[in-house]
Amino acid sequence: MEKAKSKRSFVPANYSQLLIPLIAIFLLVIFNLIRDPGFFSIGIAANNNGYPVLQGNLVSILNGASELVILSMGMTLVTAASGGQDISVGALAAIAGSVFVKVLKSGAITGWSVIGGFILCCIVAMIFGAFNGTLVANFRIQPMIATLILFTCGRSVAYWINGGATPTVESPIITAIGSFIPGIPIPTPILIVIVTGIIFALIFRFTNLGLYVQTVGINQGAARLNGINSVWIKLLAFIILGACCSIAGMINVCRLSLINHETILINIEMDAILAVAIGGNSLGGGKFRMVGSVLGAYAIQMLTITLYAMKVPSTDVKAYKAIVIIILVVLGSPVVKEALSRFWNRLSRNRQPVRAGKGAE
Amino acid sequence: MEKEVVLTMRGICKSFPNVKALSNVDFTLRKGEIHALMGENGAGKSTLIKVLTGVYTKDEGEIRIDGIRDAISIRSPQEAQNYGISTVYQEITLCSNLTVAENMYIGRGTGATVKWREMEKQAGKLLDSLGIPARPKQQLGSCSLAVQQMVAIARAVDTDCKVLILDEPTSSLDDKEVGMLFSLMRDLKERGVGIIFVTHFLEQVYEVSDRITVLRNGELVGEYEVENLPQVELVAKMMGKELEGLAVIKKDRQTDRSDAEVLYEAQDLSSTQSRPFDFHIDKGEVNGFTGLLGSGRSESVRAIFGADRVTGGKVKMNGKSVKITKPIQAMKQGIGYLPENRRQDGIIADLSVRDNIILALQVMKGFFHPFSKAQAEAFADEYIKALDIKTASSDTPIKSLSGGNQQKVILARWLLTHPQYLILDEPTRGIDVGTKTEIQKLVLKLAEEGMSVTFISSEIEEMLRTCSRLIVMRDRKIVGELTGDDLTQDHVMITIAGGEK
Repeated sequence: MEKAKSKRSFVPANYSQLLIPLIAIFLLVIFNLIRDPGFFSIGIAANNNGYPVLQGNLVSILNGASELVILSMGMTLVTAASGGQDISVGALAAIAGSVFVKVLKSGAITGWSVIGGFILCCIVAMIFGAFNGTLVANFRIQPMIATLILFTCGRSVAYWINGGATPTVESPIITAIGSFIPGIPIPTPILIVIVTGIIFALIFRFTNLGLYVQTVGINQGAARLNGINSVWIKLLAFIILGACCSIAGMINVCRLSLINHETILINIEMDAILAVAIGGNSLGGGKFRMVGSVLGAYAIQMLTITLYAMKVPSTDVKAYKAIVIIILVVLGSPVVKEALSRFWNRLSRNRQPVRAGKGAE
Repeated sequence: MEKEVVLTMRGICKSFPNVKALSNVDFTLRKGEIHALMGENGAGKSTLIKVLTGVYTKDEGEIRIDGIRDAISIRSPQEAQNYGISTVYQEITLCSNLTVAENMYIGRGTGATVKWREMEKQAGKLLDSLGIPARPKQQLGSCSLAVQQMVAIARAVDTDCKVLILDEPTSSLDDKEVGMLFSLMRDLKERGVGIIFVTHFLEQVYEVSDRITVLRNGELVGEYEVENLPQVELVAKMMGKELEGLAVIKKDRQTDRSDAEVLYEAQDLSSTQSRPFDFHIDKGEVNGFTGLLGSGRSESVRAIFGADRVTGGKVKMNGKSVKITKPIQAMKQGIGYLPENRRQDGIIADLSVRDNIILALQVMKGFFHPFSKAQAEAFADEYIKALDIKTASSDTPIKSLSGGNQQKVILARWLLTHPQYLILDEPTRGIDVGTKTEIQKLVLKLAEEGMSVTFISSEIEEMLRTCSRLIVMRDRKIVGELTGDDLTQDHVMITIAGGEK
């Protein structure tokens, strides 16, 4: 035992899955610092309303990633429980956003109507989540196929809700949610992410959601024999993702002060899935770490901002993004991981005094 | 008359993170011998085999094979194959939807084209010469498991094979099929193939092997000629201690249960998988279901636990009528169930030993009442100690434990719920002799403390040792019940065979 200890991998197994997103973020930070030492400097400047607020690339990365981070949290749960992905999150966010706008447009925009609008759009999104969940859990349709339905029709549903218009919603309250609350220098979406994160932390602390989801994802049969209702757990995961969609939709609507059902959070489902994967979570379900997905989401956003900062034309950004992602995914692959750990073992062995007797080769 | 040596392994070492799996192990295989590799779970048998077949690379040591002067290093199964080392694994790794001939030659052609006729002729010849009852054009899936196993062996030996490794080849075969396999093994032995035979079944070792190498805790215990090593001594060497208990544990407690209270009672209980049956168990009683594979014994206990959908029947617990149609209801009534198929229904492979232990109790406590980390840790530590579970820590994923230790974890899971009634379906399958004895002793101890236990095992002796009442099943029906003096192997056999009352 003692001997084996020296060969233990250099990161505790529990945290090794966070290695890839952390390396990605680290490399991006180094790259940006070399390119522009002032890249991450944070300044305080007055915004349009005259309040002092934080500004800088770091702020815009954290701010811009908000929707993605929230969606990737929910996506982690769905992935872990069902062993598949929900590709309808963008469409569902469009529906939720449309419901939100519909409520706001029905009268004067007050604090109460915003709260009411959010609650209603949250409920609607959770119902759609439950619809996806039922298809997956009760009818045992593959998640990607099941959610393909909503992926296909979601934006049309969003179109109907507001009668085909792309209404704008303008109000100080909306601006407060989408950018800054007067007096607080931190962008509100970042605060919403923090609140969402805390809620998830509390859920994991005070319920068995984590244990149940992992159990169901790893071995559904055994979960049943231990008294876990796996149908209900999968359904719950989709409902929670639905709630995440409504938060993301609301943030985006407030950020832009309008809803365009065709473009709101378009293609975000793929980034959310990618965040889960970069975070070291198996897309086949089972064990998960939500922190990994969150870091993955920030890494993706940091990459995007970096590319924009390098003046890469927006038409080319996706191609460059793809290159970096290929590298990340290959780095995180079992083959490379194994090779790296072998390399590390050899290094650590060489560092020890040469033992008497025969060598390894 | 020392035979020619075909394979030598010297000073083999292999470590994994946290575990030294092999240290300084020697192994010698001679031409035309069947050499049994024995050891408890976790002794290092599989690791040694995997080093030899290139699945793992050794840390230290040397391997030499007949016909090559230098020590060889084997880096992949393909290389092992090229050196003439072939393996047939426990699970059949062929394609059941292809024909026998295709299975024997698939992936072995040199060119891009396949000469079908040639291939079938060759396959036919080989099958004939080995006496395997299969036709080249037959679909593999239509052959019995034993024949499939033999086809796998035929495939292995066809490639100029010097060393043939059979890893638990008999575990899913019945007696007749085992006989067929053994005659094939003897045939190959005549041809000069060296066979490494890994198995848990002691009788089979003595039936076919010439030599036995025993490993324990990753170290070599010794190499013995079969004639010079009586069975009891072999077991002692595998366990590293004198064989205490195994023969001694015998029900010395009298089986007069006339005044015992009935704990669980079922009338006409049936599920989607089992026919209606009556059953009861007393407090502190150990009883068992016995019968051949497929007789319905597992299905019956699954119905008791609600593991399959219950379709009818009345159930009473402590005299009160209760409804048990789902596992969670059974658990709430104080029933625990250790499933037959550990890998498929028991373990949550990627979760830690700790999570696996607390799972059932945690589910019973409810979704909104998770145990604190400290509490979970305390539970896990308590049972790791009590059942002597060998694991690096309670954080280790259960999948990296050996089979016997995995089983102990599942057992711990149910003991932690402090059930009144524990159902153990094949708790000793595929685990080492030492752990088997421990589990049997544990069952008797639990019964002593007032727990009721239903025990199922394919090994009749084990049932006879532990149970005071045996329910015999045939063709999904209960055909007899044996107690007291009737509890002998002969009686059980006769009842199973058809002494219908």
